[in-house]
Amino acid sequence: MNYILLIYSHEAPDAWARLSESEQQALLQEYMDIHQLPETTGGAQLQPSTTATTVRVENGETLTTDGPFAETKEVLGGFYLVEADDIDAALEIAARIPAARMGGSIEVRPLVER
Amino acid sequence: MTRAPAIEQAFRDEWGRVVASLIGFLGDFDLAEEAAQEAFAVAAERWPRDGVPANPGAWLTTTARNRAIDRIRRERVLARKTRELDVEEAVEEETMDETVFPDERLELIFTCCHPALALDAQVALTLRTLGGLSTESIARAFLVPEPTMAQRLVRAKRKIKAAGIPFRVPPDHLLPERLAAVLAVVYLIFNEGYGAGEELAREATRLGRALALLMPDEAEVHGLLALMLLHESRREARVRGGQLVLLADQDRSQWDGAAIAEGRAALDRALALGRPGPYVIQAAIAALHTEDEVDWPQIVALYTELARRTGSPVVELNRAVAVAEADGPAAGLALLEELDLPGYRYLDSARADLLRRLGRTAEARAAYRQALRQTTAPHERAFLERRLTELPVDDAGPLA
Repeated sequence: MNYILLIYSHEAPDAWARLSESEQQALLQEYMDIHQLPETTGGAQLQPSTTATTVRVENGETLTTDGPFAETKEVLGGFYLVEADDIDAALEIAARIPAARMGGSIEVRPLVER
Repeated sequence: MTRAPAIEQAFRDEWGRVVASLIGFLGDFDLAEEAAQEAFAVAAERWPRDGVPANPGAWLTTTARNRAIDRIRRERVLARKTRELDVEEAVEEETMDETVFPDERLELIFTCCHPALALDAQVALTLRTLGGLSTESIARAFLVPEPTMAQRLVRAKRKIKAAGIPFRVPPDHLLPERLAAVLAVVYLIFNEGYGAGEELAREATRLGRALALLMPDEAEVHGLLALMLLHESRREARVRGGQLVLLADQDRSQWDGAAIAEGRAALDRALALGRPGPYVIQAAIAALHTEDEVDWPQIVALYTELARRTGSPVVELNRAVAVAEADGPAAGLALLEELDLPGYRYLDSARADLLRRLGRTAEARAAYRQALRQTTAPHERAFLERRLTELPVDDAGPLA
């Protein structure tokens, strides 16, 4: 089965800067390790939500607004796509994502199979 | 619905196992339930005429499987399964009694109690698929409208399929956490039934027995079964004339001796396995309460250990009550005053009782009234009101 692991966290730009260089390296390595798991089929880190633009089409007219669609405390920061036998395997990978233990959360969603 | 007793018994005994086996085989909850229902309907028609087969479970499972296979062949809806089904032939009816199907109830209960499902859905699904309770009676037990409960079941089954919740006993590294979830669901069903209808409590005990049979090496499984049996054994004696009767005042001849014996045996098995967890400790406390001479210091020691493990203020409250028995009401009250359990009715009723025993009547009266404001259960209210009226009236302390 295919799952997407959506990584939500509090956006605090200075939080990353406050980490030492070796702590930053260790975290990046963790994210790289997950990216290189045999189960991982894709993924990306997103630019901050301040760079987001939302598009809507109403009555044929395109409406473009600055910022993410919903104002929430936690924002989508990135995702992985994984192929796993079942939800338990996907949940185990999700639990390894550093954001999960740093105040963020991971939403695990199965993909529609066609 | 009226069925002959033998068929009713088979329904109770076999439903969970038949459904589990069918889900394992078909990979689909709805199809499995429908096929099981069909098989039970066939049994209700044939067994009174032809007699109950030697192995009712195998008969029901085989019949249900054959019905399901027929249906799939006809409808060709489960394209994924039909390849296997072309090879797997329906079992002949004559050989049914000898056929042994693996017991897959464990796989089923771990699926129903998977943490990816909401707790209320775990409870409903367990009662429906393993217990065979109707959606209507589950809805009634949990005081929700039937369509709400039906929707809850539909959504849960849909999620199991869509999210890929596996039908299996979890691997070792997940087992402790997942088993705790299963036991929590069973105990929740029991407690729901303990306060209200007997059906849920009986169902929880039945699930507990099945778990103890299927996981004989897990101390906590035996511990939970023992705890439920020991509580259940006092059901008849707990309420008299619409009033709650405290343990010390209960008529022991009304206790169910068979349930106590079965509970003690389960506790012994649990203790023999070592590493007692919270359920084993609670069962040990419940067993001590059934002794003629209650060993309060030992109960205090067990509550102390339980409080250390769980950090629960409710356990601390029980510990304080036991301390009051072992060392006197003043010692118990001192512990109660330190507890942070605002609005918890048993804290106020426990305080009221200790204040009464210490002769601090005015304070006791205020505490009973506070407890009454938070209590809705009629037999508990009746008990508190009687205690309130029994307080001496001559004391006009500052709080009166």
